[in-house]
Amino acid sequence: MAAKPRVKAPKKAEAGEIVTIKTLVRHHMETGQRKDKDGNKIPRDIIHTFVCTVNGKEALRSKWEGAVSANPYLAFPLKIMETSEVVFSWTDDQGETVSTTKTITVA
Amino acid sequence: MNQVSIVSRRTFVLGTGGLAAFLALPQVAAANEWQAAMMELVGTSEPAEGKIDLAMPEIAENGNVVPFDITVDSPMTDGDHVKAVHVLATGNPTPGVASYMMSPAMGEASVSSRMRLGKTQDVIAVAEMSDGSVYGVTTTVKVTIGGCGG
Repeated sequence: MAAKPRVKAPKKAEAGEIVTIKTLVRHHMETGQRKDKDGNKIPRDIIHTFVCTVNGKEALRSKWEGAVSANPYLAFPLKIMETSEVVFSWTDDQGETVSTTKTITVA
Repeated sequence: MNQVSIVSRRTFVLGTGGLAAFLALPQVAAANEWQAAMMELVGTSEPAEGKIDLAMPEIAENGNVVPFDITVDSPMTDGDHVKAVHVLATGNPTPGVASYMMSPAMGEASVSSRMRLGKTQDVIAVAEMSDGSVYGVTTTVKVTIGGCGG
């Protein structure tokens, strides 16, 4: 599907701190509404699911429709209680999934 | 075939993709469509006011990329948190935009993203709380150039 997703997350946090995570992934998010120059519908191809897990436990799951802009951006908070392995994954209509992992360390 | 090419030419002129077909629909049908979508998502089309805030620009020059920030007033504890937030664009060819299934691990109930808007319309955000209550908020966005294709 896509190039490597970009995730901005702090490397360190205090226990109990709420940090902001910013994510961006390249994807054309073809809506399925558009037609090509011959009048044929261009088939839908969007990222329909985004999941963020913290130490294996789901923190946020998002379901997207064609109305989410191309190259989807998503920012959200996480409350970091302990050193956490945070996994982000995006799945599109082609069945492809891209993932990236960040570690946030609590000293 | 002839019909198809006429529609696609108009679509091209408007630069708004499937929106041209949508404009032909009566307004009542459109309203029913998003209300039906909301019923399906949260079981009501009349959520309570308050608790949820939806920040969007009043005027969006480019309907392809309209930023939005949603914040729900919630302690996000195991016993009292936001289960899900849904976003609906009432004037798009299909009203659904995104759903966010949240958890106490977020600490705060907020998300920021970007959506496409086909034309000037109302955008609705609804929050489902862990106690089953539903809160909603509506904001109007003026769109200069539509963003549903084209």
